[in-house]
Amino acid sequence: MVFPFRRGTRRALLHPTGSSWGDLLFQAGSGAAGFAILVLLALIAIVLAINALPSFRAFGFGFLGSTVWDPVRDQFGASPFIYGTLLTSAIALVLGVPVSLGIAIFVAELSPGSIRIPLTYVVELLAAVPSVVYGLWGLFVLVPLITTYVSPTLQGTLGFLPIFQGQIYDRNLLTAGVILAIMIIPTVSAVSRDALLAVPQHQREAALSLGATRWESIRIAVLSYARSGIFGAVMLGFGRAFGETMAVTMVIGNRNAISVSWFAPAQTLSSIIANSAREGVAGSLELGAIVELGLVLMLVALLINVFARLMVWRFLGKQEGGLE
Amino acid sequence: MTRKLAAEKVSAWYGPKKAIEDISLDFEEHATTAIIGPSGCGKSTLIRCLNRLHETVPKARVEGKVLLDDKDVYADDPVTVRRRVGMVFQKANPFPTMSVYDNVAAALRLNGVRNRGKLDKIVKQSLEQAALWDEVKDYLGKPGVSLSGGQQQRLCIARALAAEPEVLLMDEPCSALDPIATAKIEDLIFDLKTDYTVVIVTHNMQQAARVADTTAFMYLGHLIEVGGTRELFERPREALTESYITGRFG
Amino acid sequence: MIRFNRDVRRRLKNRVMAALALACVALALVPLGSIVHTVVVRGASVVNPEFFTQIQPIPCSPGPNSTCVQGGIGNAIVGTFLLLGLSSAIAIPLGLLAGIYLAEYGKGPLVFAVRFFADVMTGLPSIVMGLFIFAAFQLAFPGIVFSAIAGGLALAVIIIPFVARTSEEALRLVPGSIREAALALGVPKYRVTVRVVLSSAREGIVTGALLAMARVGGETAPLLLTAGGNSFYSVRLDQPIAAMSLVIYNFATTPYANWNALAWGAALLLVLIMLGLSIAARFLLRHRFHEQRIRG
Repeated sequence: MVFPFRRGTRRALLHPTGSSWGDLLFQAGSGAAGFAILVLLALIAIVLAINALPSFRAFGFGFLGSTVWDPVRDQFGASPFIYGTLLTSAIALVLGVPVSLGIAIFVAELSPGSIRIPLTYVVELLAAVPSVVYGLWGLFVLVPLITTYVSPTLQGTLGFLPIFQGQIYDRNLLTAGVILAIMIIPTVSAVSRDALLAVPQHQREAALSLGATRWESIRIAVLSYARSGIFGAVMLGFGRAFGETMAVTMVIGNRNAISVSWFAPAQTLSSIIANSAREGVAGSLELGAIVELGLVLMLVALLINVFARLMVWRFLGKQEGGLE
Repeated sequence: MTRKLAAEKVSAWYGPKKAIEDISLDFEEHATTAIIGPSGCGKSTLIRCLNRLHETVPKARVEGKVLLDDKDVYADDPVTVRRRVGMVFQKANPFPTMSVYDNVAAALRLNGVRNRGKLDKIVKQSLEQAALWDEVKDYLGKPGVSLSGGQQQRLCIARALAAEPEVLLMDEPCSALDPIATAKIEDLIFDLKTDYTVVIVTHNMQQAARVADTTAFMYLGHLIEVGGTRELFERPREALTESYITGRFG
Repeated sequence: MIRFNRDVRRRLKNRVMAALALACVALALVPLGSIVHTVVVRGASVVNPEFFTQIQPIPCSPGPNSTCVQGGIGNAIVGTFLLLGLSSAIAIPLGLLAGIYLAEYGKGPLVFAVRFFADVMTGLPSIVMGLFIFAAFQLAFPGIVFSAIAGGLALAVIIIPFVARTSEEALRLVPGSIREAALALGVPKYRVTVRVVLSSAREGIVTGALLAMARVGGETAPLLLTAGGNSFYSVRLDQPIAAMSLVIYNFATTPYANWNALAWGAALLLVLIMLGLSIAARFLLRHRFHEQRIRG
């Protein structure tokens, strides 16, 4: 083993100057940097809160329930955006989680070892595509696809459901949900895969030795064992969908109202901020409301992330050598 | 004195490494056969070949035949084989997300038994056979992992028995247990051979002497000697066997 | 004796489930393939010398008797690199220092809190960071709300927790025996950290920095509120600045064909750069694993 010393280091190392001061200073310095991260997080919340104050003073907690967003009359409410965010995230989870689990099961349990690593890389490639490129692709490829084939079919077959009624717009809630589903697949499948791989081999063997088929052993020994880890993965996916901005902004249609139909345009917390913030007049009530939306977004995303990481940490930490 | 299970020139590899070579061994019906030998001699590998568990390890390979009722298990569906040849592992591994009841009923549910009355009956029967019923009959709903180590292992035995296997393989079942729990399980093994054919791997010679009718001695992947337990321990034929038994190595 | 007559159904279910799992993999690969294909095909048609040197053209769509100027995104390319450089210069030293703290002085509630919240921060929506800088500048420096420095700071805020954690992981991989050997020579702890441990973990740290840049290179939302975008070449810190990601967003959401084409070209270039950074990062890591296998 070669010692990684550079030339001249030896002399410098063996003739330390003021070593105990140096140690203290260094520890304090790096500790300050670590602490700075916590300070940064708090600062973000504080600065947002300060700028959101005028809006909070004007509307109070009713802000969250109000469905009106009218810059002309200075009436603002968060409801349409909370609705849009929750619904698109829900669609993303419903579509994306089963596919992610399927991938995780395939990679962790069924694929031969030689495919596993390249396949993992390929799925990670999905994660490396920037959100705005997803939006670009969504706008020019996914939107025409869904508008031409999927939406009419849904309205034709399931049109008795109120969510599939009404005029079909090309940029709408459904498309945003679909693109979010695609975007959360890398996260959810990667973390689920880690959870499945953390299940000890003797559990699988216990099921197999009872005469279970491969799938049955996965079902009773692996999936239930790893369920808290998988739940954490789903939460992380939810957190990702919740905060996703660019791809959603480009395909959701940007309408600040609640509508039951999934074919209608909508708006999410992050997309309204992306659209309206830079036009906001400094000190105006509108800007205050937008920042308040940002605060809501941050706090909820924080909660989801904390909860998700606790679950994943707890599960992986319980298994031997578990590291996030 | 029928031959229930037999290994015929069985060799097994982990990747390029050969773990056992040309093992031929008969297992008598309704009797207990012990396999002894020092660590790494291949005894666990051998019994994992008997229920086709060895091949589930990546890059593992098996050659030779294993005959169950004179039919080669490697020509049959592994799922069926594993139901007929059950296994108990070194460290008790009940399913942690299931209750005591559900652990025992697992094999039954897999095979489509839904009738609650029938499940109750077989669960009770299996727990009685594993000498665990009296201790858990009021706690059937508790998680399987909430039991003590010895109880968990007996739970695993009950779980294996509920599948109604014909052969029971036991891979050092007592190595992680205290003497009292060990004694309970050894008594159990003695009773089990009335209904099943038992194969037990152990590194504890005294245990083999206590519970087994036939004993086989393995060393470095080879079968050195096999015979009636008493003869093997009192008048071993091979010098290597004698050295092991007298404690000169292993 | 229980009747085991459901075997056929169970075997079928086993096969069906395996096929479904494979289908999920295929399903995920379809959008990936589509994105790659579309970006390459539509982007490549626009990438030429003019693309790299010119700035945005007058928006137009080609008609029966007119052609459009293609133009380029030269200013945006410069802008992206400037923003990456700026944010790295601010964030990497700070993140590295925090990572050292986490790895070397690693016990106690403060360390746990920093580590946990750093992880949490990496999952926050990036637009929140942009909004933070936007709001902070509105309060403190209202004249330069839309500027390169604001953009750089927004990206830096995103990078810092990420670099802290990846540096920590890289430093943790350095075996304790190296530290002990240096300490046994009578070297004070901080010098051990700076000279010895850091150079051992060099590759892992650089990898983390490259991955961080790959991560923020494609960020758009925070830049909407800070960098602001610029139609012309600019390297001034106090002026709004262009970026490739902003170009993609702005040009894609218009009906003009030549602007749309530039958006695809920018997407191709951006993805190639990010991919390049990721591959460089992985290449460094693979080298490291190879070494470890020989040693161990």
